[in-house]
Amino acid sequence: MSAIVRFSVFARMLHWLMAAMILTMLFIGVFMAATEGTAYNTLLAFHRPTGLIILALAIIRLGNRFFVPPPPLPASLPRIQRMAALGSHILLYGLMIAMPLVGWGMLSAGAYPIVFWGSIHLPPILPHNPALFALLRHAHTWFGLTFFAVIVIHLGAALLHALILRDGVFPAMASWRTGQRDED
Amino acid sequence: MVEPPDERRTRTSLLPTDPTVMKHLGFIGIVLALLCSTFAWSAGWLSPHRLTQTSMLDALRAVDGLHPGFRRNHAKGMCVTGWFESNGNAADLSTASVFRPGRVPVVGRFALAGGMPFQADAPAKVRSMALRLMPPDGQEWRMGINNIPVFVARTPQEFHDLLLATRPNPVTGKPDPARVQPFMAAHPDVARAIGLVGKRPLTSGFADDTYLSLDTFRFVNTNGTSIPVRWAMVPVTPPSAPSPGNGPNYLFENLITALHQAPLQWHLIITKGEATDPTADPTLNWPADRPQVDAGTLTLTSAESEDNGACTGITYDPMVLPTGITASDDPILPARSAAYMSSFVRRSGETKPPSAISPATASPNGGPS
Repeated sequence: MSAIVRFSVFARMLHWLMAAMILTMLFIGVFMAATEGTAYNTLLAFHRPTGLIILALAIIRLGNRFFVPPPPLPASLPRIQRMAALGSHILLYGLMIAMPLVGWGMLSAGAYPIVFWGSIHLPPILPHNPALFALLRHAHTWFGLTFFAVIVIHLGAALLHALILRDGVFPAMASWRTGQRDED
Repeated sequence: MVEPPDERRTRTSLLPTDPTVMKHLGFIGIVLALLCSTFAWSAGWLSPHRLTQTSMLDALRAVDGLHPGFRRNHAKGMCVTGWFESNGNAADLSTASVFRPGRVPVVGRFALAGGMPFQADAPAKVRSMALRLMPPDGQEWRMGINNIPVFVARTPQEFHDLLLATRPNPVTGKPDPARVQPFMAAHPDVARAIGLVGKRPLTSGFADDTYLSLDTFRFVNTNGTSIPVRWAMVPVTPPSAPSPGNGPNYLFENLITALHQAPLQWHLIITKGEATDPTADPTLNWPADRPQVDAGTLTLTSAESEDNGACTGITYDPMVLPTGITASDDPILPARSAAYMSSFVRRSGETKPPSAISPATASPNGGPS
């Protein structure tokens, strides 16, 4: 019987902070993309800087993961579930980085000013090209819907580990304890 | 302290035979279903009657048909270029860099309201001017302004419903009185606004017309003082009465001819509102005695077809505002911003047929297309 090995405190903080930010962004995103209501521009003004902060955090998180490797999955986990875990994590990191970049690129290609906050503007990262704007705008939607679907699967799997498998995977991320490793 | 994995459960089968496992699976299912249905609600998938960008564009299509590659409203138009020269008079009202004395380049567009890119020009059709003012610091100001005294609806929903009520009957090709009359009876504000639009004085063309912001914005100055404003582009060319046109594009051709003869100019006249003036209702005029400021002169020097012009690849989103200008509580503004982006996405992903105003028509030695 081995003790639980948790994610580092920093990794756990990043995970839960980003989980809240990303879910909020996805809900705002689908609402904003449809609405004709008065909240549109207010939400947009929140959506742009939050997306860029998520991009920055995702890069920091990926760096942290490289230097402080995550705890291994339990040996009891079948190969197919390990593959699913690896695949969904690659997809989650890919979307965390791709979504903000596609958003930034789409505003660039559509020749919109890229307002970070107030009078702080960011430079375009792509040339002005309306066809590319349309393509990226659609990609932003499809990436967002995929992101939500993967998060639902991720949450379902996490709850499965927490409630039914009880194999230590869930407390490795969902724990208030400070240490990374329990003393036996 | 140790958190030992539950020995008994580590090898639990996923087959829901154990009642505890079944209860847990049910709980997980409920959590995921709640998350997914909230998401679907946010997206509007559970509320088919919610007004969306799609339903707004669908209403425009119900009136004017589908014309791939063109703007969903103000579809017939042409590009113009020139500059705006600020005289510094509005710099006390707003910190926007375009109001500092000096010139900024402008890419503009003249158009007729409506979604039909090949409609024939006629004096009473609503004319619009769209402008993109581009100061070197990137603090752009975009606007789409019209030659009518008031907007015809107070809210996006009312505009949407007006479009559907006045859509042409497929048999007669005209609005159906059986639909229009009850709508107008139920929306006296719309009926009154349309009455004002119908009574506006008409001018001979685009060059001698006045274009109004209709929506209310706010200017914010260096002290942080914010005042409601509306504005107009008032022509330097003295207005003359409409004369019978020659051909389906005569309004645009006359504009092209005028631009090739000499630059055309407009004064940007800012109207300062009082705290009591309506800001959230663009169907209401402000009292005529409100103070005005002449902020500078717009000079347009050249004409281009939309087929190769600089106005095609952008959208004249009225919420693209510089620091120093903000939106008011007018609900039409965010609706325009949202619908313009949807229209821009759709048309930019479609193949656009040649515009009514061709590059040959817009060229200095061009003639009727």
